[in-house]
Amino acid sequence: MSAVIDNHHGDHAHGPAKGLMRWVLTTNHKDIGSMYLWFSFAMFLLGGTLAMVIRAELFQPGLQLVQPEFFNQMTTMHGLIMVFGAVMPAFVGLANWMVPLMIGAPDMALPRMNNFSFWLLPAAFGLLISTLFMEGGGPNFGWTFYAPLSTTYGPESTTFFIFAIHLAGISSIMGAINIIATILNMRAPGMTLMKMPMFVWTWLITAFLLIAVMPVLAGVVTMMLMDIHFGTSFFNAAGGGDPVLFQHVFWFFGHPEVYIMILPAFGAVSMIIPAFARKPLFGYTSMVYATGAIAFLSFTVWAHHMFTVGIPLTGELFFMYATMLIAVPTGVKVFNWATTMFRGSLSFETPMLFAVAFVILFTIGGFSGLMLAIAPADFQYHDTYFVVAHFHYVLVPGAIFGIFASAYYWLPKWTGYMYDEVLGKTHFWMSFIGMNLAFFPMHFVGLAGMPRRIPDYNMMFANFNMVSSVGAFMFGATQLLFLFIVIKCIRGGKRAPAKPWDGAEGLEWTVPSPAPYHTFTTPPEVK
Amino acid sequence: MSEEGLSTTSLIKRLLLLVVGMFAFGFLLVPIYDVMCQAFGINGKTAGAAWQGQEQAVDMQREVRVQFVSSNAEGMRWSFGPEGNEIVLHPGETHSMNFLAHNPTDRVMVAQAIPSVAPSRAAAFFHKTECFCFTQQVLQPGESIEMPVRFIVDPALPADVRRLTLAYTLFDVTERMAPSLDLAAIHSN
Repeated sequence: MSAVIDNHHGDHAHGPAKGLMRWVLTTNHKDIGSMYLWFSFAMFLLGGTLAMVIRAELFQPGLQLVQPEFFNQMTTMHGLIMVFGAVMPAFVGLANWMVPLMIGAPDMALPRMNNFSFWLLPAAFGLLISTLFMEGGGPNFGWTFYAPLSTTYGPESTTFFIFAIHLAGISSIMGAINIIATILNMRAPGMTLMKMPMFVWTWLITAFLLIAVMPVLAGVVTMMLMDIHFGTSFFNAAGGGDPVLFQHVFWFFGHPEVYIMILPAFGAVSMIIPAFARKPLFGYTSMVYATGAIAFLSFTVWAHHMFTVGIPLTGELFFMYATMLIAVPTGVKVFNWATTMFRGSLSFETPMLFAVAFVILFTIGGFSGLMLAIAPADFQYHDTYFVVAHFHYVLVPGAIFGIFASAYYWLPKWTGYMYDEVLGKTHFWMSFIGMNLAFFPMHFVGLAGMPRRIPDYNMMFANFNMVSSVGAFMFGATQLLFLFIVIKCIRGGKRAPAKPWDGAEGLEWTVPSPAPYHTFTTPPEVK
Repeated sequence: MSEEGLSTTSLIKRLLLLVVGMFAFGFLLVPIYDVMCQAFGINGKTAGAAWQGQEQAVDMQREVRVQFVSSNAEGMRWSFGPEGNEIVLHPGETHSMNFLAHNPTDRVMVAQAIPSVAPSRAAAFFHKTECFCFTQQVLQPGESIEMPVRFIVDPALPADVRRLTLAYTLFDVTERMAPSLDLAAIHSN
C-alpha cells in the first residue's frame, strides 16, 4: 500500500459539519453519493413491498387480498418507484461517489447543483407516494401511463403524478449535466478519454442519453397536463388528437431509458470482472464503441414496444431489424466479459458472484428480448407475462445485480471495513435463487397467454404463479439481509486496506479506506 | 484542469441548450407525427377536409366492398349508425351513405365523429367529397339527423385490397364546445 497518497498533508479543508444540517447543506460528493444510495435503497424496499402485494394477490387465482383498482395502483407504483426512485438514483449515487475518485477529481464540477438535484428526489417521491392516500387513489394506469387511460380516465391524483415526474426529471437532468461537466473538465492530468475506467465511460454516455430523453418525458407529461386541465387535444381523438401519438413520444423517451438503467451496470461489471479475474479487461476500446453504438441505436427502435398498434409493414420491418441490430454491440460486450474471465485467476467473492450472474442472467433477458423483437411473434407475446419475465430479467439480475456488485466491490472503500463475506454470499445465493424462481416461470405462463397487469388468472396458471410468488417473497426478504450486511459493515468489522482486492485497478484504490472526506485536492499523476 | 476544450460554464450552457432543444423536440414530434401519417397514409387517418381531386375513370373490372361501422365513445348516449352495412362498388365511382343520429337526452349536445379506415394503408385512397365528420353536429333534445358521407375509392387502390372498412367513433364534445356555442347554461345536469 505504498502507493497510497496522503492528500491531507497540510490540508486546511474542514471535515463534515455536525448534525442534521450536514446532510441538508452538504456539497460533498461522497455525502451526496451516500444520500442517493440510501434514498434509492429506501425506494427499493418500498417498491419491493408493493411487488410483494402483487405477488401475494397472484399467489392463487381469484381475488383474495386486494381489489383490482388497488392492484392496478400497486403495479403502476411498483414500476414508477423502481425505475425512477430505485435504479436511476442508485446509479447517480454510485457516479457521485466513484466518478471523482476514478478520474482524480476533488469533487463534482457543480457541487451546489448536486445538492439540489438530490433534494428534489424526496420531494418528487413524497408527492408521488402521497397520491396513494388521496381520494380516488394513486396512478392506476401502468408505469407507461398511456393516454387516454391516464388523461381522460385517470384518477384526480394524476396531476400530482405529473409534477412528481417533472421534479424527478429535473433532478436527473441536473445530475447528468453535473456528471458530464465533471468527466469532461475535471480529469486528472494524463487521464485521457481512452484511459478512463469503463464505469466513467458508460456514465458519460448515459448522461448524454439522460439529457436527450428526459426533456422528452417532461414534454409528454406536460402534454398530458394540458390535455387534462387546459382543454388541448394532444391525445384526445375527439379533438383531433391521437392516442397512438402518446405511445410514440413516450417510447422515444422510454427505450433510451432502459439503456440508461443498464449502461452504468455494464460499466461497473466491466471493472469488477477484470479485478476478480486478475486480467485487464479484454477489448477496452471495443467496449467503449459498443456502449456508444448501443446508445445511438437506442434512439431508432422505440416502435418495437408498439408493434400491435397498427404501424405499417415497412415500419414493423425497420423496427424489428433495428432492434435485432442492438444484439450486435451487446454481444460484443458479453464476448468481452467472457473472454476477460477466460484463463483468468478467478476468485468468487460476492462482487464477482453478482457480476458473473449479471453476465449470464442478463444474456437470458437479452435473448427473450430478441424473441420479442420478432414482429410477427410479438403479436402473441405482447402484454403477456413473457414481457414481464423479459424486462425483469434485464432489470433485476441486470441493473440491480450490477448495483449489488458495485456496492460490495466499493463498500470497503466507503466504510473502511470489509463486509461479512459469508453473509454477502448468502445474500447472493438467496437473491439468485429467489429471483430465478420468481421470474423464470413467467416465461411459461406468458407464452401460454397469461396477460400482465391483471389481478386474477386462469386456473391452469396456478402452479407456476405460486412458484413465482414463493420466489418473489424469498427475493424480497433477502434484501433485508443486504440492509443488515451494509449496516454491519458501516459499524465495524475487519479493517479494509486501501486496496482490498488484489486484482483491482484504478485511482479509487490509491486513497485510504475509508476514503477521506476530501480526496485528490492535489491532482494525482496518471501515467 | 482540462487540457483542452470548453470551460465548464460554456459546456453547461451548451448542455442546457440541448435540454431546451430536446424539450422542444418532444413537442415537435406532434406535427412530425401528423405530417408523417398524412404523407405515408398510415394510421388509417383520412383527410380532414373535402377531397378536391380530379374525377377519375371508373375501373369496371374491379369490385371493392366498402363496409360501414360505427361506435360510440364512452359516455356518448346518442344512437348512431349507418343506414346500410356495406356497398359493393367499382373504384372511381362516387357513392354516398347516410348515417343516422338521434339525441335521446333532454339537453342540447354537440358531437364529433372521428373516421378511421382499415386496412390503414387504404386510407390514402379513400376520398371523401362530403362528410359529416368535417364539422360538429348540434342536436336539440330528442332531435334526429340524417348525415351523408360521399366518397370515391381511388382506382389506384392497391390490388390486394378488396374490402375496406370505414369506421366512425362518435364523441360527446358538448363540454369542450360549451364556451364557444354558449351552451353553458343548458349542458349541465
